[in-house]
Amino acid sequence: MAEVIISIAGYIALGALALSFIRMIIGPTTADRAVALDTMTIISISLIAFIASRSMRIIYLDVATVYALISFLGVIAVARYIERGI
Amino acid sequence: MNLLDIIGANITLIGSLFLLLGSIGILRMPDVYNRMQAGTKATTLGSILFLLGLGLSYIECGCIGRIIILILFIIFTNPISSHALARAAHHAGVKLTEKSVRDNLRDDEQKEGART
Repeated sequence: MAEVIISIAGYIALGALALSFIRMIIGPTTADRAVALDTMTIISISLIAFIASRSMRIIYLDVATVYALISFLGVIAVARYIERGI
Repeated sequence: MNLLDIIGANITLIGSLFLLLGSIGILRMPDVYNRMQAGTKATTLGSILFLLGLGLSYIECGCIGRIIILILFIIFTNPISSHALARAAHHAGVKLTEKSVRDNLRDDEQKEGART
């Protein structure tokens, strides 16, 4: 029962990732694409933790932590680029 | 143990629904700033619930400590990155939508420019 509910939750999160990806493709400005990419990284962190819990490998949670750190630095860099150029 | 599995699975399902709502908001909202508001608040809450439910449901995995560290990191960094993006978009001159009624940052900048 619990396994089925968690699988449904994982598929819903995958659909959310696809919807944000559509916005990242069609976004009119650069800021739209950056916002969609930020949302996609948060959903990806959730999905990495999902895979780590399903396969019982704790090491994937370290991967998720490092991915969160890198995505935060990347979004800050993109924001500086939008604001005043490189 | 079985009851904890069911509770964690339901929390995970609620979190994934919040993630889906955030993505629908990103797809449907008319403006950069509205999209940012939908995509940051709803996604932060959804990812917190998703990770917490996973940690409760797989408590025998022994990964609840790392999941709490990950949740704290998301709580601290997600509003900062959203704030930086909003400020950068406003400085880059991205227009607000026609339905918006006020722009406090532009008014404050004009006031600062008039004072100096």
